[in-house]
Formats: sequence, C-alpha cells, structure tokens
Amino acid sequence: MSSRVPLTYGKKVLELFRNPKNLGRIEDANAEALAGSLACGDMIAIYLKIDESTEKIIDAKFESYGCAANIAAASILTEMIKGKNIQDAWKISWRDISNELGGLPPVKYHCSVLAVGSLKRAIRAYYANRSKPDWLPEELTQEEKHVIEEEKLMEILAKRIQKTEL
Amino acid sequence: MTYSDLSKSIDELIKSHGLPKREVYLDHENSGLIIPEAIKAMNEAYELSGKGHPSITHLMGWRSYQALYEATVNIASVINCSPEEIVYTHSGTEANNLAIIGSSELSPKRKKIIVSSIEHLSVIFPAEKLEKRGFKVIRIPVDGEGFVNLDFLSKHVDKETLIVSIAAINHEIGTIQDLKAIRDIVRDKDDRILIHTDACDALGRIPLDMKKLDVDLASFSSHKVYGPKGVGALYVREGIKLEPIIHGQLSTQKLWPGVENTPSIIGFSKAVEIIHRNFEENVSKMISFRDRLINGILSNIDYTLLNGPLGYKRAPDNVNISFLYCEGEALTVELSMKGVYVSSGSACTSRVLEPSHVLLAIGRKYEEAHGSLLMKVSPFHTTLEDIEYVLEVLPDAVRRIRSLSPIKPKVR
Ligand SMILES: Cc1ncc(COP(=O)(O)O)c(C=O)c1O
Repeated sequence: MSSRVPLTYGKKVLELFRNPKNLGRIEDANAEALAGSLACGDMIAIYLKIDESTEKIIDAKFESYGCAANIAAASILTEMIKGKNIQDAWKISWRDISNELGGLPPVKYHCSVLAVGSLKRAIRAYYANRSKPDWLPEELTQEEKHVIEEEKLMEILAKRIQKTEL
Repeated sequence: MTYSDLSKSIDELIKSHGLPKREVYLDHENSGLIIPEAIKAMNEAYELSGKGHPSITHLMGWRSYQALYEATVNIASVINCSPEEIVYTHSGTEANNLAIIGSSELSPKRKKIIVSSIEHLSVIFPAEKLEKRGFKVIRIPVDGEGFVNLDFLSKHVDKETLIVSIAAINHEIGTIQDLKAIRDIVRDKDDRILIHTDACDALGRIPLDMKKLDVDLASFSSHKVYGPKGVGALYVREGIKLEPIIHGQLSTQKLWPGVENTPSIIGFSKAVEIIHRNFEENVSKMISFRDRLINGILSNIDYTLLNGPLGYKRAPDNVNISFLYCEGEALTVELSMKGVYVSSGSACTSRVLEPSHVLLAIGRKYEEAHGSLLMKVSPFHTTLEDIEYVLEVLPDAVRRIRSLSPIKPKVR
C-alpha cells in the first residue's frame, strides 16, 4: 500500500466541513489575520477576542476559502484555542491539528499549516502595538514561513502565466 | 491506515452523512460508467469465447483469436480503418504514451515535438520526458475558448518536427479542434511529420473517420465510450513504424506485448458499437442535457463563467463552469453529500498545488480555475430528472460554500 495515497477525508473532517464551529467574524476582535490567497485556492481569516488582563482567548472565529480539509482545519483550530491563554495557543502545531482531525493525507497537510500560520499571524498582530512577551520568538516559525512561501509562489506563477501569453 | 481501517472509515462516512435521496453521476470525465451491454459481452467472453490465449494453437486459443478479431473488425469499421491498424493497450494513457515515446526514435534528425498547451497529461508528461532527453517541445497556445493558434503552429512546424499531437476534443472544456486545418498546415510543410490526435474524448461524440481525418496516430480509451476501464487503443496508420515502449512476449500484436485482455477488449468493442448504433440520437440527447445544464446554471447563479466554446464547436457532453468566490473542491464535496458527483479543476482535487493547466491556458485566473466544476452528461446514464435535480441543489451548495469565505461577492 505504500505507493497509494490514502483516502482523502475521514469522518471528523466531513462533519466539520458540514457543520463548522465558530464560523464568521468577530466585530470587536482585537486580533485578526488573513493567510493564503484566492490564487492559492486556500485562504483562512482568523478573528480573536483576547482578554487584555488575563491574556486568555475568550472568543475565536474563522472564515475560509478552500477545500473541505481547509475548512475543517480552521474550524477545529478555533475550538482548540478558545479558553486557552495566548502562549499555549501559540504552541499548537500543524501536526496537532492533523491529529485532532483524525489524520490528514500528506496532500492536505498544508491546510493545517495554513490554519496554524493564520493563528500565529493573528497573535503577532495582537502584540504589534503591545509589549512583546519573552516567549514570542522574533524569528518566523516553520508554519509562518510556509504560508509566506505559498503566497509568494502563487505570485510568481501568476506572473509567469501572464508573461507566456501572446 | 490498514485495509480494515479504510473500509471502516468509508462505512462511517456513509453513516455520518447518510445516503442522499437521489444520486446523479456526472463524473464521466474521470471515470465513464459502463453500459450493461458491455458487461454482458464481457461476461460471455469470460465464459466462452475469450478464455484462451489468442495466439496459442489449440481450440481455446483459436476461439479467443476469433473473438478478438471480430471485436477489432467492429471497431475498425466504425473508425474506418483496417483491423491491422489497431493496437490495444491497457488505457488511453498508454495509447498516448505509445504514440509519443514510441515514435521518438523514428528519425534521428527530427527532434521537435509539437503539442497544444491543453493536452491531457498523458500526452504532456511523455513529451516532457523526451524534453529531458534532448527533444525540443513546443507548446502551442490556445485562444480563450481553447482553439489552437494555427499561425503559431504554422510558424513552428518544420523539417525537424517529429510529431504534432493535438486532441480532437479537449477533455476539460470540450473544444472541438479543426483537425483538417491542422493537418493541412502540417502536411503542407512536410508530409513526413507524424500527426497524432488524442481522440479519447472524441469517439462517440463526433464522427471519426481515419481515412478522412488523414492522421497517422489516434488514441482511444474504452471507459470514455462507456466500456470497461483499463483498455485503450492506438490507431497506427499502415506503414508507420513505431517502437514498442514495453517489452515482453509477443501475442497477436507487435507493438504491445503480453496476453491481450480479450474480454475487456470485447466489452470495449461492444460499447463502441452501441454508442454508434443511434449516433445522431445519442449526440442530440447529450446536447439537450448539456444546454439545459449550462443555461440553467448561468441564468440562476451569479458570478459564473462558462469555460470553453458554445454551440456546435463544443463537445456534446461537456459542461465546465467557474463559480467565482467559491472553491471548487469544497463544492464537489458539498454536492456529493447531495448525491451529485462531479469534479473540479481546483488545485485541491488534483493532489498538486496548481489548478487545471487547461483553464490557465485559456486565460482563466487562478481563482477562476479553483472555482470550476466539470460535468459530463451521458446518453445512457443521464436523465432530464437528473439535470433538474442538479439545477435544484446547485444554487444552495454554491451559496453555502460562498458563505464560508472571507471574500464575498457584492450583492447585486
Ligand atoms: C483526452 C483524454 N486522453 C487520455 C485519457 C486517458 O485515458 P485512460 O483513463 O484510459 O488512461 C483520458 C481519460 O480521462 C482523456 O480524457
């Protein structure tokens, strides 16, 4: 079986695709971020409401343009971070998301990477005009780098297509 | 994941979202559904005529040879060639590979391969393989409806050209190419250049007469005419000397060794016969389903774009529409829960990060390609009720997927 790509979607992914949790915007969010692009076919917007004194995430919502796995990944991420303090939310990796979804096939890993990337962006946005905590690294994490690469790649490809037109 | 995990998860999947009240299959592009007549012919072949090895000298072998030969005569009479000009392969993919790679050593001076930029990947990938071995591959651009740029072709075809490969009908957007014009341009330059056409999606949709078309090579795939999967054929005009690309013990055909899958070939031949039996009726049936679907979608759903030409230059079975602000893979999953099975040119369905190269080649933006749905109607499987059901469930499905997105269309 090693040469076969596994079945794309399990039960959990389909359930969340059908009935996503925490869909929509938070009008008075104090942190938000967008990752991916329409051109990638993969985009997640994440909205956070953070309690300033306790640094706890009291509400989290998302919107997503992407495949079913993308929607499920964003949905489960919002469930995982609600009630957590920011530092613990920061520690969530793309693998945690994949595991929480009951496993994703390798071709869909980038969906959970995008979800984590959007969360990390939102957390950085939150601290953009506040004093940065010690645990927040200066250097971008793997997930954030991956998101930027994907966004850049699409720009390059789109330009290449325009150039080859007659 | 083990096999038992896998079957459990499919069971769970069905349980969790329930079986839909109606099932409409419009994914004949990826997998054409077989017709009962072909199954019956195959069963008979397994039980009777097709059991033996067709090139072994005993009664069982002779019977098998005869059944194989009759099946071939049948196909040959439909496409107007001789049975000796047909080589069976195990798929349309293999037929295309044989045409491109099997011709590569024909003439050491000819190192140029010309393909259209919207060919099936089973033409593009073998061409790219040869490109790595030193061949020059020219990709002819197409216009907004998928028609190849004939001036460009004319400019690039020359004495160094080995082969020109252009599909009679494009598999994704249904463009019916002007093969006669293409042939005239190529033959005018040099009549030793091979002309190949991938006719997998053309057989059963437009009349295909090998003598009139005057091409050297043409590929066919059984499941595209509602025969069994895993059978294909390459028409090789008499006198054209290809090299085999796989090697082993020969049976009845020099270009493709191994025991012929006689029962499947018989099923293929039966399917070819059936689709041509009431050819005009089948075609007009497909056209009426196609146009009802296209008109229903374009007039009822905002922000939609038809991909490919309209009218008589479009394949009778092809519907390809982009839904803006709507990711196509999510839409196929949503529709599947309503029992509507279709495919998409989105990057997400193809297991690579880039969306359909065909849609990009006709100038669609990335997001337009990601939001595309490909549907193919069948004269044997599709009904008007099916089409009406799709038109009933599609607007809600599109609305739901659009509602998830951070970027929404302006309300009109
Ligand atoms: C135009 C075209 N060429 C080739 C093929 C490949 O045929 P097969 O599926 O038999 O490998 C297909 C099938 O989808 C096709 O549509």
